[in-house]
Parts: sequence; C-alpha cells; structure tokens
Amino acid sequence: MTLSPRMFRSLLPAMSLSVILIAIFYLQPRTMSYFGLNLLLNLALPIAFATLAQMCIITVNDLDLGIGGFVGVVACIGATLLNDSPLLGVLALLGCIASYAALGALIHLRQLPSIVVTLGMSFFWLGLALMILPRPGGSAPQWLHAIMTFKTPYIPFTIIALSVVALLVHWMLKVSAYGTILRGAGGNPSSVERAGWSLLKTKVTMYALAGCFGVLAGLTLVGLTTSGDANIALRYTLLTIAGVILGGGEFVGGRISPIGAVLGAVTLTLTGSFLAFLHISPDWQIGAQGGILILVLALRAIINRAETR
Amino acid sequence: MSKNKKNIVTLTGVGKSFGAVKALQNVQLEISTGECIGLVGHNGAGKSTLMNILAGTLTPTKGEINVSQVAQDQLYNVAIAHQQGIRCVFQELSLCPNLTVTENTRVMHASLQGWGWRKKAGALIIDMLDEIFPGHGISIKALIDDLSLSQRQMVEIARAFSITDTQLRIVILDEPTSSLDAVVADQLLQHIRRFVSRGGACVLISHMLEEILSSCDRIVVMRDGTVVAEKNATDFNRDSLVAAMGSMAREYQHDANDDAASKRQGTALINCAPKLQHDEQQLRVYKGEIVGLAGLAGQGQTEMLVQLFSPQKSMAFVAGDRQSDGIFPLWSIAENITIGSMRNLLRKFLLDKNSAAALASHWQQKIAIRSPDLNHNILSLSGGNQQKALFARALASNAQTVLMDDPMRGVDIGTKQDVYDMIRAEADNGRTFLWYTTEFDELKHCDHVYVFRNGEIVADIPKTQMNEQRILQASFKASAA
Amino acid sequence: MHSISSLFHHTLAKPWIWAFIGAFAVWLATIIFTGGQGAGQMLTAALSFATFSVIVGIGQMFVISLGPGNIDLSIPANITLAGVVSMKLMDSHNEMILLGLGAALLSGLAVGIFNYTLIRLLRIPPIIATMSSSFLILSTAIAYGRGLKIKPPAALAEFTTTHIYGVPLLAICIVVLAFILGVMLHRTVFGQSILAIGQNPRAAKFAGISVEYVRFCTYLLCALLASLCGYLLAGFSGGASLNMGTEYLLASIAVVVIGGTSVAGGFSNLPGIWGAALFMFLLVTMLNTFGLSAGLRLMLTGIIIVGVIILSTRSKQPS
Repeated sequence: MTLSPRMFRSLLPAMSLSVILIAIFYLQPRTMSYFGLNLLLNLALPIAFATLAQMCIITVNDLDLGIGGFVGVVACIGATLLNDSPLLGVLALLGCIASYAALGALIHLRQLPSIVVTLGMSFFWLGLALMILPRPGGSAPQWLHAIMTFKTPYIPFTIIALSVVALLVHWMLKVSAYGTILRGAGGNPSSVERAGWSLLKTKVTMYALAGCFGVLAGLTLVGLTTSGDANIALRYTLLTIAGVILGGGEFVGGRISPIGAVLGAVTLTLTGSFLAFLHISPDWQIGAQGGILILVLALRAIINRAETR
Repeated sequence: MSKNKKNIVTLTGVGKSFGAVKALQNVQLEISTGECIGLVGHNGAGKSTLMNILAGTLTPTKGEINVSQVAQDQLYNVAIAHQQGIRCVFQELSLCPNLTVTENTRVMHASLQGWGWRKKAGALIIDMLDEIFPGHGISIKALIDDLSLSQRQMVEIARAFSITDTQLRIVILDEPTSSLDAVVADQLLQHIRRFVSRGGACVLISHMLEEILSSCDRIVVMRDGTVVAEKNATDFNRDSLVAAMGSMAREYQHDANDDAASKRQGTALINCAPKLQHDEQQLRVYKGEIVGLAGLAGQGQTEMLVQLFSPQKSMAFVAGDRQSDGIFPLWSIAENITIGSMRNLLRKFLLDKNSAAALASHWQQKIAIRSPDLNHNILSLSGGNQQKALFARALASNAQTVLMDDPMRGVDIGTKQDVYDMIRAEADNGRTFLWYTTEFDELKHCDHVYVFRNGEIVADIPKTQMNEQRILQASFKASAA
Repeated sequence: MHSISSLFHHTLAKPWIWAFIGAFAVWLATIIFTGGQGAGQMLTAALSFATFSVIVGIGQMFVISLGPGNIDLSIPANITLAGVVSMKLMDSHNEMILLGLGAALLSGLAVGIFNYTLIRLLRIPPIIATMSSSFLILSTAIAYGRGLKIKPPAALAEFTTTHIYGVPLLAICIVVLAFILGVMLHRTVFGQSILAIGQNPRAAKFAGISVEYVRFCTYLLCALLASLCGYLLAGFSGGASLNMGTEYLLASIAVVVIGGTSVAGGFSNLPGIWGAALFMFLLVTMLNTFGLSAGLRLMLTGIIIVGVIILSTRSKQPS
C-alpha cells in the first residue's frame, strides 16, 4: 500500500506530535510515566479548548483575534463570581456564550470583516476582565480545582479528557448530520444556501460553539492555576491559530480537523518542555513553536506540490 | 406516454432585464409530465437565464410562472421550486469541495438526519450513481476535491435525481455532458429517457446537437432572448437546427478590397498552440492583423489569451468580464483609463496629473465616452461606456498587440460600431489585435479566424472563406468525429 | 454663502476628517472637564505617542490596501527586534546613532524578505505567514536581548523627546515622512499599483502590473517602517524592552481602520491615520481624566473600534 499525499497530509499532525513526544521521552525517559505525562500535559487542556474555539470560527471562513481576551474574561469570572455566587457565575458564563453567538450574527448580517471586529472585541474582553478582576487574584471554586487535579487510574486525567473532547467534537462536526452542513457552509456557502439552509444559523451556531469552548478553556485554566488574571490567556490568540493550522486545518474552505486541532494544541504545549530538556533557554519557546509551524506548513506545501504533479 | 400528459409548469410572457440589457423577452414555455425538452441556442440567447427563473434563482421582471396550475408570486424561490419538485443541475458546480459524496447528498436533503443518516445518504447516492452511470468507479467516501471534473459532474447529476421525502418532477440539466466522455454522456441520456418514461420531465440544455435530436421529445430554439422555434424533435435535423439558431439572411458579403493574405507574410508575431491542442495546429498572428478566436463560449479562447498575455512583450488586455477582470471599482473614469499608461505619464519619478488628465480626455473624445466628468466614478457609466473606458485603457497604452476577451458583452449597437471602426483604424496603423468573440457579426471584422472547441483549435479560416455556416459547423461537434 | 457651504460639504466628504473631528471632540471634552488645565501638554503628549502608532500604521495601511487577507502580524516582533538590535549595537554611544539606524533597518529588511518568502514559497495566507514568522522573530529578539539594560545614546534620546514650541521634533519628522509616503501612494507607479491590486488583482494583472513584485515591495516597506518605529521607540522610552512592540499589533490595525482606510483594500487614507492615532491616545487620556478604570477604558476602546467598522461598512454597501 502506498501512502497517498492526502493520507500523508492527514497524518502530519499525529506525526509531528509523535516526533516531539519521542524526542522528549528520549531526552528524559522519566517523563514516560503517569506523573511525568501529567506534568508535561499540565496546560494542554485549556489550550486545546481554545484551539477548538478558534477552529469553529475558521470553519466558517472567519478568524478570531479576540479569543485570548475572551478566555481571560472567563478565567476571571471563574475566579470570582463563580466561586462567590455560583448561580450568578453560571449566568455570566451563559451571557458570554450568548454574546459570541450575537457576534456571529452581527458579522454575518452586516458582512463585516471578522478579523477587525474580533480585534476590536479583544480590547473589550480585556477591559471586561480587568473590570471583574483589576489585579491578579481571586480563587477558583474547589470543585473545579478538584476536577482538574483528579487522579484517574492508569492514564492521566488530561489525556483522557483530551481524547474524549477530540472525539466528541469530531463527532459533532465530522460525523453528525448538521455538522456536515456547518462544514459545507465553509466550503461552498452559496451551494448550501441554494439547498435551503440558513447561513445565518450556521454562523451563529459556530460562534456559539466557539463561545462554549472558550468558556471551557477559561474554566479549565482557572481550575489549574486556581487564581484568575485578566492577561492570563492573551497569548492564546495567536497560539490557537497556529494550533488549528498545525492540526491540518486550512484557513478557508471549511477544511478542519478537530482531532488534528487537539493534537496541534498538544504539540505546541510540549515545545516548552522539549526545549527545557534540551537545555535551551525558554526564550526560544515561541520561536520553536513558530519553527514547527513553518516546518509543517513547508511539508504541506511540498505534499501539495507533489499532488498537483 | 403522451396520453395522460399533465401540465407541470407554464411560463407566460416571461421577461428579464439586467439594467438596460434585455436577457429575455416574452417567453412562453410549457413543461408536462413525461417529456424531455431540448433547449438550444447560441451563447447569450437566454437559455440559462430562463432556467434560472424556472429554478427560482432569478426573479423575472415580467410575466407569470404557473406551477401545477397555481400562479406563483414574486416570492417564488429555490425553496419553493424544491418543494414543487423542480431541481436544477447548474453549469457551475454546486457541490461543497470539502465534503464527501455522501455528505453532499445530505446537504441537498434536509430529511437525511438522525442516527444512521450517513448510511441512508450513502445508499441513496450510490444507488442513483449505479443506476445512471454503471461502472462509475466513484467512492461515496471520497472528497469532492479528490474527484475528477467528470466524476463531480456525475455526482451532481445523481444527486439531482435522488429522491427522499419530496417529490421530483422536473430536472433541469444545463450542459450536463460538457465534461463527460461519450460513454458516460450516453448513460445519462438513457437515464433521462427512463426518467421521462416514468412520468418525470427534463429540460436539457446542450450544445451537442446530436444528443438533443436523439433524446428530446420537443426542441425549443432561442435567439436573442426569445423563443424562435418550437417543434417536435422529429421535425428537426442537424442542419435545420443550426439554421434556426443562426440567421441565414446575414450572409457576409466580401468587400472587393479584402486582401486577407497580404498580412500573412514574413515571420509571425505570435506562434503558439493551445495547451490542450492534440495536433500540430498553431495559432499564428502577423503584425497589423485582426485575428478572431471563434467558437462557443468557454471553449478555451480566454485561456488562450491569458496564456499569451505578457505585458513585457508590449501587450494590452481588454477584459470581457468587466467586473472581475477589468474595472477598478473605487476609481474614477480617468484613473481607470490611465492606469495602463502609467509609465508614459512619469515626470522624473512622479505621475504627472496634467498629462494624465489630458490623456484621458483625449481618449474620451476619440472613443466617445459619454460622461460629463471624467473624475466621476467608473461605475457611474453604463456598461457600454465602461467597456469603452477599458478599450481606451488598452489603446492609450503603447502596447503593440491588443488581446480582447469577448469585450462586447452587453454593449449596445452604437458603441459597438464606434469600437469596430477604431479597431480597424488602429490595425491599419500597424497594431495587432487578437479578438475572442462569440458573435459572428464581429468575426466579419477579422482578417483570420481560428475556431475553438474543447480547448483546441478545430478550424483555421482565412477571411475569404469565412461564413457563418462554416463557423457554426466547426463550433458544434460533428457527429462522425 | 453657497460656496462656503459647498466647501463645508466637500471637506466633510473627505473620510479622514472624521478621525480628526473625533480627536478634537475628545480633546475638547477633556479640557472642559479639567477647566482648560493641561490642554497644551495633552496635545504634546498625544503627538509624541501618536507618532509611533502612525509609523507602523502607515506600513500596515499599505499592506491592508493590497486587499482581503493581507495583514502583517509580525509588526510587534519586528519592533522589538529592531529596538534590541540597534540598542545593543549603539551601546549608548552617540557616534553609533546612524549605524544603529542602519542595523535596525537591516533587521526590518530581513524580516520583510522572510515574510514574503514564506507567503510565496509556502503559498499560505499572509496572516499565517506573518504570524509564524513573528514567533521566530520575537524569540530571536528575546534571546538576543535578554537582560539587556542599555540606555539609548543621549543624542537619540534627546532627538526623540525634544519639543519645539510644544511640538515634538519627532512628530514633525514623521509628518514629513508621512507626506512623502502619501506622495508615493498617489503619485508613483508603485503606489497606484498597490491601490489597483487592492481593488481587483486580476484586473491589475491584465492592466500590466507585476502584482507579485508590488506585493513584495509592500511587505518590505511595512517591515522597514516597523523597524524604524522600533529604533525610535527604544530611543524615546529609554531603551529597548522585550514587550515594547506588544501594543502595536492592535494599534497598527486599529488606526488604519479608524482612519478610514478600506479593510477590503484598494482605498488608503493616510491623513486619517494621524487623526486616528491622536484620537486613540486622547480617548485614553480623556477616560483617564474622567477617572475611569483601565478596564472600562479598554472596553470603550473596543466598542468604538467595532462601532467604526460597522458604520464604515454600511456606508460602502450601496455601491
């Protein structure tokens, strides 16, 4: 059996993760344990959720430059309202999701460029987060912290959670009947509309989903750090775009992969540890992330060129 | 089968205008159960417009649509057409390239949902593909992106014929065989006959006259937005059909001073073959010539021009699709004209505004662009005058060769005449023109004509031997070939 | 009378006027609140800080004018790299000022070439390309400049902070630079080519414009301006810091949008960038003066950006 270019391309995310994981295991065999993996993947869950949020937006040919700020807002709510008055906290989080859905409707109805709108919103989210929590602090609800540090037998909780989430979102977007329409709306909107579907509904759904994942990202993050900070997730914005692309997603045309996005997010999370084990200064962490991204994009370009020949 | 024919759709007095251009005028059409209607006509005859109205993607400006004896109002749209069982396979593919065959079936049928929808959709489409195109070799799990053009076309057709909970009464096929090979095309035509014999109705638009003659019950011929002939298929033959589409009366009289051979001397300025050419045929263009690229629309003429275009070789391009290839919509008329001559307007490093204004107004007068002020936005002009501005852009530059991509689409008669005269005058001054056009009248102005079909040059006709019959015959595939 | 009103209408029709009106209104509101106190200093400060947004804003404007999908996300990293590189090279020595400027511009040149190479070679959208490269550039800057506490040469610091009758010298220089770039935009083949490509890249190709060459030069220009900003900013703020560029990602895009440049490309508005940059700074000052918290300030800024984009998109729809 020969490896077709498409197969090769869809295996790229898994391959890049394997390469970096094997390298880490080689450099530091002790990481190959329950405890080691737990430590390695500590922050993977929030990044994976945020990446999935970004992926939802990219599916419908938009881009979200405000997701980092949004995750910050959720983290701040998680460390304050949700702890102090749970009911109000839940309502606030639902409001966050609703505002994301409204954002989708606004962008669709007025045909606005998503990049600029979400960029403007990033100011808004950061401001809101500062209003809720002017300086780092607060504390996450006990139950949230308990979930995030839950010790599952044999396999670390993070790995189980990541797998479940990846499969669930894969089912939602790649298997379910309406997920097909959602991806179709990214691939050929006019054809989907011609078949009688509402593009407004698809866009609102995707933005609402992105809002949900953003909330989950913020909650898991605050569950891990136990305290909130408005600036806690600002660097997620670009990181999540990188994660989606690394995971085999494309910028336009509804070509996305939820499993790939999760793998991409984990790969990016691991670069820090990888460099540490190589005794390279953490200064290069972002650079390594960029380097991996460029490398994978270059590999993809080569595959595409081979395919067109 | 003709005994209990029931009327499905009646169009009465339907007209459609796009601005000043009347695409359709007073069209009557009836479609009943159990018949296949062939719709033929030259490019721009209004076939696709008519079918878009029927499918609900365009709203007519005049006339009435009756479906099952019920008059439809202005709100008639795709969704209603769908409910009424009217489906259309559009010329441009309307599948989602990022989805699989099965998933594209799901997009069409809202009722395919819940557990096991994938199985149902897959079975639906594979059964239909097997029925229409036995031996198609398409996997229902394949992404549309990975399919060949003809496989995509097959999926699109099979999807249109698939039935779930809504009825299916009329299937409109707009050039369905354009990217199918002969065997597959024949399978489709057989299926159309089967579908029709079961009481369905089909409208078949095609440039392959043989398949129209052999598969249709009734043939409707359109020209210039009206129906000019409508008879049973058996009452037509190939020649009478071609005759009905064209206008035999307008036979071209050769001028006494026609001297087509004179410019075909020395070395050719351009000597090039289309990418898809199978034989040795070349496109040759000599200095000072007007060379026509003829044939039906979209047979590779534009691709030929794009392949040839190179600004470094002193070439200018006049776009036919003004909005997508020609106009800079935010700019004034003057800016749109002078953009092609920027390097001539430099004084030191800066563009000289006065020279630019002078150049623009010189060409406004020369080519008669009707506008009170050249500083008005280009979109304030009518289509014809926008086109003149594009001509002015090309002619004002010092390009020696001008490539024209069917530039007269939607241009009024008066403008056309002005431009024809100008092209002739410029050619006499030594400029060379390559002119893709689908209108025979324009080919009369050419010194030499190459007819394109399926991306290849299929006929090479000097001016002295040119007539409409010959070009039409070459444009439509000969049955024996 | 008639001519005055027509002049009035003519001026209002210029899209850049709105940013200035906004800036003026905000300034007015602030000095009314303070009872006229500090009106002059406020303008001086606004001009000082706006200058840096303007430098990068102009570069971003050229890139955005190339049409949808064109955006440079590597500006902040570029600023930081240029700042760090030049500070290290000059090592506070006055005689090294020009060499430092050269080094900063060279680093910008390298960034520009790298960005465009990625766009072309990998055939990826510019936003992805510039984002990936910004990761690399920022890391380089961080690694290179870690623990760097080098003061800028005294002469550079003085040049960037000097006022002439309350008007910053640097602002005057950048006004001149902006004017030159404005002339380049409207009166050169290069500038007109950018606008043509932004409106309709296919038509630009058929009009004989070498689209890829123009795109290359535009990304280069943007990178050069960002590195210039890094150099000057380091001089202005007493040295390079590793997050000195951070705020300019959003700022560069925001001033372009608020300044009236079309996000869809093909229409640039250079004067508007000055108006927008002043507006953004004065707005923050106003909200500060009103005693609003940082959070509320940011929220209002966000709302205003989104509001402007909604309004400007509506006015373009009829055509």
